[in-house]
Amino acid sequence: MATKGIVKGIVSNLVTVEVDGPVSQNEICYISVGGVKLMAEVIKVIGKNAFVQVFESTRGMRVGDEAEFEGHMLEVTLGPGMLSRNYDGLQNDLDKMEGVFLKRGEYTFPLDNDKLWDFKPLAKVGDKVGAGDWLGEVDENYQPHKIMVPFTFKGEYTVKSLVEAGQYTINKVIAVLTDEAGKDWEVNMIQRWPVKRAITCYKEKPRPYKLLETGVRTIDTVNPIVEGGTGFIPGPFGTGKTVLQHAISKQAEADIVIIAACGERANEVVEIFTEFPELVDPHTGRKLMERTIIIANTSNMPVAAREASVYTAMTIAEYYRSMGLKVLLMADSTSRWAQALREMSNRLEELPGPDAFPMDLSAIVANFYARAGFVYLNNGQTGSVTFIGTVSPAGGNLKEPVTENTKKVARCFYALEQERADRKRYPAVNPIDSYSKYLEYPEFQEYIAQHISPTWIEKVNEIKTRMLRGKEIAEQINILGDDGVPVEYHVTFWKSELIDFVILQQDAFDTIDAVTPLERQEFMLDKVVKICHTEFNFDSFLEVMDYFKKMINIFKQMNYSEYKSEQFKKFNEQLEELLASKGSLEG
Amino acid sequence: MKAFQKIYTKITQITKATCSLKATGVGYDELASVDGKLAQVVKIIGDEVTLQVFSGTEGIRTNAEVVFMGKAPSLKVGDQLAGRFFNAYGEPIDGGPIPEGKDVEIGGPSVNPVRRQQPSELIATGIAGIDLNNTLVTGQKIPFFADPDQPFNQVMAMVALRAQSDKIILGGMGMTNDDYLFFKNTFSNAGALDRIVSFINTTEDPSVERILIPDMALCAAEYFAVEKNEKVLVLLTDMTNYADALAIVSNRMDQIPSKDSMPGSLYSDLAKIYEKAVQFPSGGSITIIAVTTLSGGDITHAVPDNTGYITEGQLYLRKDSDVGKVIVDPFRSLSRLKQLVTGKKTREDHPQVMNAAVRLYADAANAKTKMENGFDLTDYDNRALAFAKDYSSKLLAIDVNLDTTEMLDVAWGLFSEYFQPAEVNIKQALVDKYWKN
Repeated sequence: MATKGIVKGIVSNLVTVEVDGPVSQNEICYISVGGVKLMAEVIKVIGKNAFVQVFESTRGMRVGDEAEFEGHMLEVTLGPGMLSRNYDGLQNDLDKMEGVFLKRGEYTFPLDNDKLWDFKPLAKVGDKVGAGDWLGEVDENYQPHKIMVPFTFKGEYTVKSLVEAGQYTINKVIAVLTDEAGKDWEVNMIQRWPVKRAITCYKEKPRPYKLLETGVRTIDTVNPIVEGGTGFIPGPFGTGKTVLQHAISKQAEADIVIIAACGERANEVVEIFTEFPELVDPHTGRKLMERTIIIANTSNMPVAAREASVYTAMTIAEYYRSMGLKVLLMADSTSRWAQALREMSNRLEELPGPDAFPMDLSAIVANFYARAGFVYLNNGQTGSVTFIGTVSPAGGNLKEPVTENTKKVARCFYALEQERADRKRYPAVNPIDSYSKYLEYPEFQEYIAQHISPTWIEKVNEIKTRMLRGKEIAEQINILGDDGVPVEYHVTFWKSELIDFVILQQDAFDTIDAVTPLERQEFMLDKVVKICHTEFNFDSFLEVMDYFKKMINIFKQMNYSEYKSEQFKKFNEQLEELLASKGSLEG
Repeated sequence: MKAFQKIYTKITQITKATCSLKATGVGYDELASVDGKLAQVVKIIGDEVTLQVFSGTEGIRTNAEVVFMGKAPSLKVGDQLAGRFFNAYGEPIDGGPIPEGKDVEIGGPSVNPVRRQQPSELIATGIAGIDLNNTLVTGQKIPFFADPDQPFNQVMAMVALRAQSDKIILGGMGMTNDDYLFFKNTFSNAGALDRIVSFINTTEDPSVERILIPDMALCAAEYFAVEKNEKVLVLLTDMTNYADALAIVSNRMDQIPSKDSMPGSLYSDLAKIYEKAVQFPSGGSITIIAVTTLSGGDITHAVPDNTGYITEGQLYLRKDSDVGKVIVDPFRSLSRLKQLVTGKKTREDHPQVMNAAVRLYADAANAKTKMENGFDLTDYDNRALAFAKDYSSKLLAIDVNLDTTEMLDVAWGLFSEYFQPAEVNIKQALVDKYWKN
């Protein structure tokens, strides 16, 4: 029999429930308030008292209200039909809710019970299978959505029967599996999984090494992220975090994109709702919305559900990874998630860590980032979850607990800088502080040598060094004045400005410049590095500035032109002429 | 409905802001009256109920009469609200009758994000520093970040009167009595009182009361925007006072403070208010213009910092000593939603003119630094400085009142006066069309 309880105390959304039977940590219960059932999660147990966090407002709740425990943790429902949906943090389908305002206690089913799916069997009767193995597939928005042996199944099973190819709903039993004890289990297209537990139905999780193309030059060229990699974007408000995130989610070469809008502005989510159904995926030519799932738990939605939202998103990502797909998960912002943890920890009267965040924040962040990764599935196929989170550091100060703890675990760091944003140098990713650890991975270097060019990484490191040198010279010029330094210093400085304007800066609102395919990035990098290797003869610093400004202008026009179009070639010729007029190649 | 009300007379604990008593059948968030003073349930442990007394606990006796009202704080909404002034509890302070209407609990539910419409309607204020450089859109939320000595209330009153909204809701928190009277007189002189609803907590009122003001104001706003499909503009001044009141409450509730002594939930508390700004598909909208006063211009303090992450941009005022006027700072001010309307609802050249003017103004700022450091100025530097003066007084100053097309024409006039077309970096097609010869 299910455990029941009675409300004994209420402080905001932390409620004490006296229970009449066993409960488990993180178990879900429903508390009836005036006939409406509110979902809550157990976060602490002392004797007969279970402390639960309610995912909704507790207004009007009384001592004596009844609670029913569900016997399971917070779960998501997994199955075909999740793509293109808009969920809240608890995976309720927002489009199925009635009315303009969210109603307390309204929970909607995340999938479609009536839709018929074109099922094709992949396994055969008599096959030995285990959790996560593929039994069949359906076509979900042109993606092969695998119907898998439920992740909760332990040990080895034999396929006893499997339906033929045909059209079925998600509730149809498509297979019967026999376990080692001879017991039969029916499997349909739906399975459930607790969000706070990682799905680990894979053989191996090697170091990731395959470049994940995003079309953003300051990422792909300068600090690349890989399939199954992790990265984070900290930045004060107004530095373009959201624009950069949206650019990545629009352009990245992923099969599935999951966006967790965690405690951010509702109008930003509305922008995605409005734009994504219209925008086209540059890699497949289909609508972006077809490959996208949005988990919207905006800042005005309940705080406890905000904490759950990132886990919901990650679990759905892992589910699609088990199908051998490339999944990109974006969370904006992980700081709001950490703040949700802080609010609860505070109400539980736990001893606080730095900035009143819970002491185990670093462990929580580390565990979460560890769920991303590139995997070899049991059948030898590969899949990946790439995770990029934004961080909103308080006061723009990167020495705060969320940024510091994230920095320990994320392998790519894209630091947005106020000063760059003020000077309208977008994306405002600081080229000197930011890094990608993957550049140092021998696996990655080998992959790049084969797929792009053996000299690529060398060039990337060179432009990084040049950016640093450019910054040093700019500081010297500021102190000593323009004529206080040799003319060659100006040349070196302007070469770094060239790199900045041509490669680092990118117009996210221009249809052509917004996406730079890898081939084009290679062409531009080669061109810029060639100019950096050119020696110039100038009489004065004024001449240097004029010359490079002219050059930058031509490059910018090139960035705005269709690659290899007539126009592009015309600008390229102009560039060569300009170069011939002044420079001579070194060596 | 008004069934038997039980009266409790045994208070067991009194602190500066709260009192506790033994009571049963009490709902969380419920209102109560303690010897006539309004209070709200903030904690229930078994049969011990803790009440937060809004006006403070001075003079409360251990045998005070406590009555629970069976509902959360609420406001009677209806058309009769228009033209009226209320206190933090929604009681009239203008001597008029208590308005009739539907009783609605304040701090109600959020709008389902999929039911929102993308904001797309421009709000014209006549102030070029706003309309030209930081265009506002219905459904937006944006604060002025201002030092206490700056004329933000005047600017806000001006914006409110010029903006073509159906209703203006003023939420005053910790407002001086003088400022309250300023708003009252300005609105009545403009003959606009009938479309204004005010909820006022002055410095003379207890500070904890002001935490009710934003919810009251937004509850009224939701009535007009949802039920009447009206365009509603909500003015909240000053949100720093609101946050201070939150800090006092959380401190007295023994909560662990986070940055700058503010409660750990500050972000969520502020977001709940600001996110009420919305464009409804039915045409109604709520736009929030707020004021966050800074201490010594420090925007890294928890209140402006959290606000900046929530709102869609921010506006800064600054005194320009070169022209002796208060201007809307073009560098630090930002409206995140402006690209939804500029060049679409306004003339095609708007985005380019705006960027070019700010860029040239930045060149002037560099020239000024150069001058101050004793370096020689070029001819271009001198022209940029002259341009900056005119730009500042003819466009950025808050006393400018033009429509957007006029602003653009003024800007083109200034470009032509001080620069060559090649120096302003605007698309050739637009230069051909608008350059003044």
